[in-house]
Amino acid sequence: MASQDIIARSATTTVPPSARNQEEVAKLIDTTKCIGCKACQVACSEWNELRDDVGHNLGTYDNPQDLTSETWTLMRFTEHETDAGNLEWLIRKDGCMHCAEPGCLAACPSPGAIIKHANGIVDFDQDHCIGCGYCITGCPFNIPRISQKDHKAYKCTLCSDRVAVGLEPACVKTCPTGAIVFGTKEDMKEHAAERIVDLKSRGFENAGLYDPAGVGGTHVMYVLHHADTPQLYAGLAKDPAISPLVGLWKGVSKPLGLLAMGLAVLAGFFHYVRIGPQIVEEDELPPVKDPAVHEVDPSVHTFDPRGENRP
Amino acid sequence: MIRKQILRYTANQRTNHWLVAILFFMAALSGLALFHPALFWLSNLFGGGPWTRILHPFMGVLMFVLFLGLVIRFWRANFFIRNDGLWLKRIDRVIQNEEEGVPPIGKYNPGQKLLFWTLLACMLGLLFTGLVIWRAYFSVYFGITTIRWAMLLHALAGFVLVLSIIIHIYAGIWIKGSISAMVHGWVSRAWARKHHELWYREVTRDEDPDRPIRKG
Repeated sequence: MASQDIIARSATTTVPPSARNQEEVAKLIDTTKCIGCKACQVACSEWNELRDDVGHNLGTYDNPQDLTSETWTLMRFTEHETDAGNLEWLIRKDGCMHCAEPGCLAACPSPGAIIKHANGIVDFDQDHCIGCGYCITGCPFNIPRISQKDHKAYKCTLCSDRVAVGLEPACVKTCPTGAIVFGTKEDMKEHAAERIVDLKSRGFENAGLYDPAGVGGTHVMYVLHHADTPQLYAGLAKDPAISPLVGLWKGVSKPLGLLAMGLAVLAGFFHYVRIGPQIVEEDELPPVKDPAVHEVDPSVHTFDPRGENRP
Repeated sequence: MIRKQILRYTANQRTNHWLVAILFFMAALSGLALFHPALFWLSNLFGGGPWTRILHPFMGVLMFVLFLGLVIRFWRANFFIRNDGLWLKRIDRVIQNEEEGVPPIGKYNPGQKLLFWTLLACMLGLLFTGLVIWRAYFSVYFGITTIRWAMLLHALAGFVLVLSIIIHIYAGIWIKGSISAMVHGWVSRAWARKHHELWYREVTRDEDPDRPIRKG
């Protein structure tokens, strides 16, 4: 995408270009339609040329066990027993949520290493990434991973290269059940609303859309059967937001800190200009006296270190 | 025979001090590069962003180790004595270059002592929080909340440290004779008596024991 499409840039304090107005896009993941086939995981590694190490089976279908720098999306499987005693297999495709207010971008210290496009895609530019991992600290969803090969941060790009030329993301294209769809954010919300009506009619009273307001909404959204308890879905955050610790760390404290340092230097300079240096005149030195005599010097005896004759 | 000048810092003490100073500048400049976007250009001094990220923690650890040498050398002289409280109360007169009513103090004035303990606290804070946020080796052992706290406290401790060193450097520029004391080690008798009288009396106590006591 052209640089005119960038509407936010990490470690940049000036206004980014805003020449173009683009419609916001979104990927909608319908967990109620997902069958856990992992075709999306495969399509992701195919399109992005990612070949993660073959992992180990630890007794669940999750493979690999976690997102890595070479696994940008991951099916997470949860066996949930309802109050009625039924088993529900909740499967969530995990990956970057492409927040409208990205915590990674707020935390990143390297100008331009994280950018947000006008269509809502949050992308990492590994060419500018310095590998500090601040994006991991800033992310409310625990998504970015640092590669142990090149020490750069990686995550889902929402196939920004495909979207830029009018294609849908690879995972969307491959999904066999239509559980993943892609379009403008407005269209996806409409589509989700229809799905939710359908789910409610089937007895899922708490069905709903996951588009958390705490991060300004996201450009990857979920339809959940249990939208009141997203934590059921392998710990999906209920009210995600940029941590107040990160807000303080990256917020007003640093400009104020810089200001204080600058003022300290100025204060020193003007102290020197107004009051001047403290110079010892060498002829101030009296002949070496006996210390006993010196201690009764009227100018100092009041403040004798032994504490005598204190005022 | 009385020597004209007094040795304030030995060659080893001076070397240790300046090694810490050099490491401080390297760690501080690379840290400031990551502190605020306006200072990211400082990363060019270290070979770019990735090299700044790689080098900064090593420079910080080395600075801490060398600073421990200063702590071992100087901590005893930095305990507060009775006169220090009054000196601090009269800090306004000290700042005005006035000597009236400012009590005599030991090898270090209370401002220097406060600096010493502040630096020690900052160095310890920077070391421990720095290990937590050292992504290449240690962050994997800590939870996200711990890392977020460590990030915040690391920035805070770094800020306090830089501010303290700005004051420290200016004090050296302001009080003539103190930079040369740390460069070649010697101070004049007048300087020692004027700025650190109790220390001056201590180091000159043994001189000339046969000198007759003069009355009045």
